[in-house]
Amino acid sequence: MNNSSHTAATVYVPRDSAARSVGADEVADALQRAATRGDFAIDVVRNGSRGMLWLEPMVEVVTPRGRVGYGPVTAEDVDALLAAGMLDGAEHPLRLGLVDELPWLARQTRVTFARVGVTDPLSTQDYVDHGGLAGLRAALDMTPADVVAEVTESGLRGRGGAGFPAGIKWKTVLDCADELKFVCCNADEGDSGTFADRMVMEGDPFLLIEGMTIAAHAVGACEGYLYIRSEYPGAIATMREAIAIAREHGWLGHNILGSALDFDLHVRVGAGAYICGEETSMLESLEGKRGTVRAKPPIPAIEGLFGKPTVVNNVLTLTTVPMVLANGAKAYQDLGVGRSRGTQVFQLGGNIARGGIVETAFGVTLRELIEDYGGGTRTGRPLRTAQVGGPLGAYLPTSMFDLPMDYEAFAEAGAMLGHGGIVVFDDSVDMAAQARFAMEFCAEESCGKCTPCRVGSVRGVEVIDKIVAGTHPDENLALLEDLCDLMTDGSLCAMGGLTPMPVRSALTHFPDDFLGGRRLLDIQPIQPVQAIQPVQASGVRTEGTA
Amino acid sequence: MTTSGSDMSVESVVRRVVADHRGQRGALLPVLHAVQAELGHVPQEAIPVLADELNLSRADVHGVVTFYHDFRREPAGRTTVRICRAEACQALGADRLVGYARESGLTLGETSADGSVTVEQVFCLGNCALGPAVEANGRLYGRVGPARLGSILNGTLNETLDGAVSS
Repeated sequence: MNNSSHTAATVYVPRDSAARSVGADEVADALQRAATRGDFAIDVVRNGSRGMLWLEPMVEVVTPRGRVGYGPVTAEDVDALLAAGMLDGAEHPLRLGLVDELPWLARQTRVTFARVGVTDPLSTQDYVDHGGLAGLRAALDMTPADVVAEVTESGLRGRGGAGFPAGIKWKTVLDCADELKFVCCNADEGDSGTFADRMVMEGDPFLLIEGMTIAAHAVGACEGYLYIRSEYPGAIATMREAIAIAREHGWLGHNILGSALDFDLHVRVGAGAYICGEETSMLESLEGKRGTVRAKPPIPAIEGLFGKPTVVNNVLTLTTVPMVLANGAKAYQDLGVGRSRGTQVFQLGGNIARGGIVETAFGVTLRELIEDYGGGTRTGRPLRTAQVGGPLGAYLPTSMFDLPMDYEAFAEAGAMLGHGGIVVFDDSVDMAAQARFAMEFCAEESCGKCTPCRVGSVRGVEVIDKIVAGTHPDENLALLEDLCDLMTDGSLCAMGGLTPMPVRSALTHFPDDFLGGRRLLDIQPIQPVQAIQPVQASGVRTEGTA
Repeated sequence: MTTSGSDMSVESVVRRVVADHRGQRGALLPVLHAVQAELGHVPQEAIPVLADELNLSRADVHGVVTFYHDFRREPAGRTTVRICRAEACQALGADRLVGYARESGLTLGETSADGSVTVEQVFCLGNCALGPAVEANGRLYGRVGPARLGSILNGTLNETLDGAVSS
C-alpha cells in the first residue's frame, strides 16, 4: 500500500485465483513499482473478481463518477495506461467504462455475490460498510427456532446440487437434544465447471463465516468445520486469514457480538478425492478416515460428524443465509420461479467467449446464459452441447437450450441443475469420448464402497469402447442401458447413481458419435518440446486407463 | 525438504507434528498434510509411528494414505506440474496438453529421470472459464497452450501469455 499521500488514487486489482492465473499479480506489481518510483500516487487494493473472467486481469480506478474498469490488462500495459491518465479514468483502448454500468454486470441480480469484487475481502471495515453482519445481528435477536423458520420460509434450497430445503435440514438438527452439534461447510467444489465457491471464499470470506455462525445459532452448535479442497490454495489461505481476523473482532469465539453465542470455526483441507464432495464422504474425511460413502439413514442431521447432529451445507447455501436474515424471507421468496426461489449463481466455463459468474433469479434460460451473457464459443465455432451441473450432469443439445433454469424443469428433461456449472463445447467435441470419460472419471474417483459404482464404471468404459469399435453394437448398447439402470438404482451415492446421466444424454442426443455416423473433425498435430529428460517411474499418481 | 541429520529423522518429525495437532478432532489428515509439507512425501517409516501416536492400526493409516491422491509415497520432482483434464478444460484442448507432455517424454504420474519435473493430471482447478488450466508448484496458470506448457515444464516461463486457444 502506498501511504505517501492521502490523495493517492485507489486502484483495484483482483487477488482472485483466476485473475492471478492470467497475470493479476504482475499487474499489481507494475502499479506498485510506478507508485514506488514516485511517478504516481497509487493505493493498490486487491479485491475479489467481479466474475467477468474474460476481462481479467481487470483493473478498476476509483473516480468521482464511479469505478472505471480497464481490461484485460497485462503488466506491459501498465505504464502506457498510467501515462494515458488511467488514474483519472481517461480514454484508452482497454477502457471498459463504469464497471457497475457494464451490461453484463448490470443485468444480474447479485445477492450472494453482491460484495465480491467490490470490497477488499479481508477488510472488516469494508465488510460492515457494505452491509456485512446485518444478517447475523438480526439472527442473534431471534430465537433459534425463529431463525430456522425464517430460512424455511425463504424457500432456500441447498446449492450443493441436491436442492434439499435448508430450513428442514436445520430443523432436524435443532430438534436433536445433544449437547455437542456441528456445522460443516462442504467446500470441496470438485465439479468441473464450478468455481463460485472458490470465488466467494476468496472474494468475501466473512460472508461464509457469518452464514456458518447464523447456522450455529439456529441449531445450537458451538463448533464448525470448513472442508476446503486442496486444489484451492487461495481459498484456504484467505479463509484462514479471515477466521483469524474474525476471532480478533469477536465475530467468532465466545459471546459473539456481545451475545450468548459461542462458536469457533476450523479450516480442514481435503487431499485430492472428488468423492469427498459427497456429504457423508466428507464427514468420514473430517474424522480422519478414508473418504468412503456412508449408507443413509442415519442422516447426518441426526448422526453426522463423530456421530453427532450436524448441519452439512454447501458454501453458496451458507453464504445466502445472511441475506435471508438481513432482508427477511419475503425478499428472497420474491425472486425465482416455482419451487426454485431466490437467485442461482451460474458459472459459465469451457469453450465460451465470455466466461464467468452470472448471478440471477432462477428461470433464466440456458440459451440466454450461453449466448447472451457468454457470447457463444471462444473458438468461434458453432455450439454443439453444454454439460450442466458438473461431471454427473447431462449433456444438452442446442435444441434444449430454451429450457428454463430451475430444479424441476431440469429434472423433467432428464437433466440436473446441480451446482449451476455450465460447460460449453463447440462442434469439434466427440460425444462418445465424453461419455467414455464420464465412466473413466467414475472409475478413477469412486470411493470403492459399493459394487455398482466401483465395478460398473470400469465395465462402462469397456462397453463404450466396444460400441465405438463396432463390436456387436446392438447387444452392447442394450448392455450399456442395463448397466446404467443398475448403477442408477444400486449405487449408494450420487457418484455411481448419476454417472449414467452424462452417458445416457450423450447417447440419446448424439447417437451418431457412437455409431460411426459422424466424421470427427481433424485435430491439429502437436509439436514436441525439447530438453525434457526421459522419465522414471515414481509411482505417484498414475494415468487413467486411457 | 528431505531428511538430514538425526534430529530430522522421520520418527522425530512425525512425533513432533502429531504433538502440534494433539488437540484436533480426527487429526490424521492434517497430520499427513503437515508430514508431507516437511518431508516432501509420506515415507513408509512414518506409518507405524503415526499408528502408534494416534492409536490406530497400521492398516488404518496405510488405508488413508493410499486413498487420497495428494499423499505421495515417494518424493516428487523439483517442479510438480498438474494438468487439468476435467470437462471444461477438455472443451478447450486439455488433451492436447497431455499429448504434448507425452511427446516430450513425460508420463502422467511420473517424474523425469533428472528429477526436475513430475507431471500429473488433476480434475478441476476451479479455473473453468480460463482453461485449459495448469498448476505448477502451487501456482495456477490459465489459458495454457502447448507452447506455454513447454515453458512451464522447462521452468523457463516468461509471463507473456499465449493467445487464448491458439497453438
